[in-house]
Amino acid sequence: MAPILDVRNLQTHFFTKSGVLKAVDGVSFQIGAGEIVGLVGESGSGKSITGFSILGLVDAPGRIVGGEILFKGNDLTKLPATDIQKMRGSRIAMIFQDPMMTLNPVLRIETQMTEAIQTHDSSVSKDEARRRSRDALGMVGISSPDERMRAYPHQFSGGMRQRVSIAIAMLNRPDLIIADEPTTALDVTIQGQVIHEMQQLCRKTKTALLWITHDLAVVAGISSRICVMYAGRIVEQGPNDVLIGSPMHPYTNGLLGSVPSQNLRGQPLQQIEGIVPSLLNLPPGCAFENRCGRALAQCKQSAPEETVMDDQRILRCFNKVEQS
Amino acid sequence: MTAFILRRSLQSILVLFIMSLIVFVGVNLIGDPVDMLINPESDQAEIERVIKELGLDRPVFEQYWYFLVNAFQGDLGKSFVFGEPALKLIVQRMPATFELALFSLSIAVVFGIPLGVYAGLKPDSRVSKTIMAGSILGFSMPTFWVGIILIMFFSVNLGWLPSTGRGDVATVFGITSSIFTLDGLSHIFLPAFNLALFKLSSVIRLARAGTREIILQDYIKFARAKGLSERRVINVHLLKNILIPIVTIIGLEFGSLIAFSTVTETVFAWPGMGKLIIEAIYNLDRPIIVAYLMIIVLIFVTLNLIVDITYSLLDPRVRIKGES
Repeated sequence: MAPILDVRNLQTHFFTKSGVLKAVDGVSFQIGAGEIVGLVGESGSGKSITGFSILGLVDAPGRIVGGEILFKGNDLTKLPATDIQKMRGSRIAMIFQDPMMTLNPVLRIETQMTEAIQTHDSSVSKDEARRRSRDALGMVGISSPDERMRAYPHQFSGGMRQRVSIAIAMLNRPDLIIADEPTTALDVTIQGQVIHEMQQLCRKTKTALLWITHDLAVVAGISSRICVMYAGRIVEQGPNDVLIGSPMHPYTNGLLGSVPSQNLRGQPLQQIEGIVPSLLNLPPGCAFENRCGRALAQCKQSAPEETVMDDQRILRCFNKVEQS
Repeated sequence: MTAFILRRSLQSILVLFIMSLIVFVGVNLIGDPVDMLINPESDQAEIERVIKELGLDRPVFEQYWYFLVNAFQGDLGKSFVFGEPALKLIVQRMPATFELALFSLSIAVVFGIPLGVYAGLKPDSRVSKTIMAGSILGFSMPTFWVGIILIMFFSVNLGWLPSTGRGDVATVFGITSSIFTLDGLSHIFLPAFNLALFKLSSVIRLARAGTREIILQDYIKFARAKGLSERRVINVHLLKNILIPIVTIIGLEFGSLIAFSTVTETVFAWPGMGKLIIEAIYNLDRPIIVAYLMIIVLIFVTLNLIVDITYSLLDPRVRIKGES
């Protein structure tokens, strides 16, 4: 089956006064129809920019400088702006990190929902749009949706607002939803509910989901495949159980080691020393080399290319971790 | 809401009372109107007679008491110079000043908001920089000087527009104004532009600052992610948010437009309240000065109330606070 989204060697660079910032530098991954893929990385790894690139919403001075984003076979990077605009919100939707900031404070929920429907299909009547919006609110678990439609965002709690954003994203039955850390700003209990609901909804509507997060534990629970991003590149990607069960890249290994778990009770948590190198000034070799415990002389000279392994894993590393 | 308006009205009455006290004491300190009013050749008996007639022989607090009693009955005293009720004289001149102020305000809003939003959206373009430089000029050039230059250029050198007076007036829907005739419009344009220049500059700067701030908000990006047209994002999502500070300033500035149109009215010989008050100050015509200042205070108080109400209409978050 052809993937619904096929990102090939995507490069999004920011042309700043102090130089070219390679936020996304050669990212490739695929998402099948109805599949949930996790994109994991720490702050500044380029995972959000990857999401915005797909929607064509990279702010100046950023620009997609290379690669292809094939969505149902069409290259989004070559489409005119108006066509991408039509695609946004109807075929590809997005959910943002901070629900406190994503809804316009001065517009009613109703307005913010119905406009999302009517902008894509002007033949839908106001009443019809309202009815569909109300149903969408009900679907994400908001009680008495009729009343809530007339409310303003400040009358909702954070979790409720995120549900509203999810409802808005689902309004036009998109093929793909890009969720950019949708649970990071929520309470842990609410996090669980939202994750569960998203998973159910996507399964029900056969919507593919790109779940961007810095929390490996979250995606480990829901996604079928995971991509681990570091300094603008995907360093390791593969099926969920393969990656979690036997990480080969030292970075993935470090990430997994830093997650607290029952088996490691009483032992100090592992941590990855150092910080992500400046994207303005990346070393010629592997970007992780300065923090890596397994670095070889070779790692300083050249960056490892993507290698496809036997277990469907794609890896960028010269000295992979061998699991015993 | 009703409680709010009632409370504000009571506060307004208190403000009016205090203001009347200050004004009354103030005008009694700035010289003796008898010297200005009486023919220098009249004898002592004549002078005494006039003083008695005007009630100036009584102690100040008694004069104030009479003033208050009369004011409650809607009588703010008779002009020393014209011998007519001060209120009537001012009300006669009011339409001319109001039309000038309203016309100026319209110029400021109609041109200021689009120019400001444009400058905010494209801060680095040459046009934006020109707009901002122009607004600095508008801020810093003194009104009377600009008025004279406008007359020099458009009336004297080019001969396009008349320099003095109000021109023909016509009555539409019971409102008599010069903006309903072509001749009247040609008369109002220069003084209105002169008066508007300062407000135009502040509206431009406010709109620009608001745009720069709001455009970076997540909810603008989310609106784009919904696939809304750039037009709707700007006209609805952005504009409604930047209007809040602009409405405050416009409302408060409208009062100052009326109060300080004195300079423009003097330069362009516009037959409004401002010109009347300047003449009254020259002649120490106390009742007119007092009545004028009372009316200005009333206008300011009313405008403040209107601004507060509009505010709550624009920003739902304010509405809640007012109700609870």
